[in-house]
Amino acid sequence: MKKKKNWNLIIGSLMTGCMILFMLLGLFYTPYDPEAMDASSKLAGISSAHLMGCDNFGRDILSRVLKGSGTTLFVAAGTVAIGTLVGIFIGALTGYYGGILDEVLMRIIDALFAFPSILLALVFISLIGPGKYNVIVALGIAFIPSFSRIVRSQFLYQKNMDYVSSAKLQGASAFRIMFVHILPNTLPVLSSSIMIGFNNAVLAEAGMSYLGIGVQPPDASLGRMLSEAQSYLVTAPGFALFPGLIIILMVLGFSLLAEGISHAGD
Amino acid sequence: MREPVLEVRHLNSWYEEQQSFLNKKLSKRQILQDVSFEIAEGEIVGLVGESGCGKSTLAKTILGMVRDKDGAVKHYSNRPQMVFQDPYSSLNPARKIGWILEEPLRLKGGYTKSQRHEKVMEMLERVGLKPEMADRYPRQLSGGQRQRVCIGAALMQQPKLLIADEAVSALDVTIQAQIIDLLLKLHEEMSLAILFISHDLRVVYRISDRVLIMKDGRIIERGTPEEVYFSPKEEYTRVLLEAAGIRTV
Repeated sequence: MKKKKNWNLIIGSLMTGCMILFMLLGLFYTPYDPEAMDASSKLAGISSAHLMGCDNFGRDILSRVLKGSGTTLFVAAGTVAIGTLVGIFIGALTGYYGGILDEVLMRIIDALFAFPSILLALVFISLIGPGKYNVIVALGIAFIPSFSRIVRSQFLYQKNMDYVSSAKLQGASAFRIMFVHILPNTLPVLSSSIMIGFNNAVLAEAGMSYLGIGVQPPDASLGRMLSEAQSYLVTAPGFALFPGLIIILMVLGFSLLAEGISHAGD
Repeated sequence: MREPVLEVRHLNSWYEEQQSFLNKKLSKRQILQDVSFEIAEGEIVGLVGESGCGKSTLAKTILGMVRDKDGAVKHYSNRPQMVFQDPYSSLNPARKIGWILEEPLRLKGGYTKSQRHEKVMEMLERVGLKPEMADRYPRQLSGGQRQRVCIGAALMQQPKLLIADEAVSALDVTIQAQIIDLLLKLHEEMSLAILFISHDLRVVYRISDRVLIMKDGRIIERGTPEEVYFSPKEEYTRVLLEAAGIRTV
């Protein structure tokens, strides 16, 4: 039987790969200093000197997009890492043990879940102040509920399988059963929700920076750039276009990759 | 008289159902009723009864997986192991066969990595699987092969008693015969006692040294296969035998 090509996976990983390369490049090399202002090239259009033009302070947009995509990815990765790790822990405990622990933790999670994650992050930011690392913590906490629920439902299903009983009979500890026996079986479901979570984190960071409560200047981030560009949409469309384009490519790439991975498991 | 590996005395067990988190009312149902028997070293005991009579509960209670019980369960050796009915859910789908067979040794402790590997290879051969199976995932194996792996994993810690709960019921007839032959071979080689739980009277007759007939949580008849099959004392046993197409005198 001829195997149908998984185009989602191929295109998604290509796009994601390109974006990660782009971001890595930004860590080591930018054509100009992303924070260097130059009054003479203020809002300059696309030229051979400035491939994406310049912003309202005459800063090279390509350099800022390179740097900013790194910041955005870093924030998204940190957010997803916090959400996933704490989510796995809570989900595993509640799903595996059940009972009163499950009831208490899940009601707290339900309460957190009732708020949109961006609103929740907003509240945290107003408590701990803006900045790159605070955004990671705030968004990370806001992401915990969804990951906990996914992991919990998987554990609820898996814990009644006979392989868990036989591990118990062989003398495996509860910790070992949860994290060595059951956890690998949740990965197919978990990995695609990590991808989707990553997307949401990119958008949430962009949104928060756009609102001015995320990454603070002079740090470049894609959302921050969009926010700065909004007054110049007509005079210098490239200013908003290029950071927006990068966000779209990033999110699209991850979405395709997530879709591809979930089908690769079949 | 051979040494006993398991002694069960006046075992009762209950099944509790809690309505919901807020409704604390429990409905309690007794499953096992005053069950007593023993299994000697290297003996195969067949446990027969219709579905829902408490056979699986008995197995779980013996293995300490049922909390609400009274009576005594005494193991005279290391922990007994169990082979489950469904070979599709009793192997961890995320792990390779080699890992699954190695895990009991890791849990027991006291082996080096190469010793464990050697023992895994030995066990694969013993249960009639090729060495390259160690690198496969459970989904790549047939039902019969999986059940061989289950038996192998259960025997890694060298238990004296193996509980086979409907271990061949999910397999088709030719594979059933192969797995039963494997169990008999291991029984000979390792002087393994087996509690063989089944609703298939013919298989039980073929392999058992003694037979227990269970109904509604009680053991109502016991004896050698000849005694039970050819001169049943209980009406229920007669009905079971007739339903299975076995003629009684």
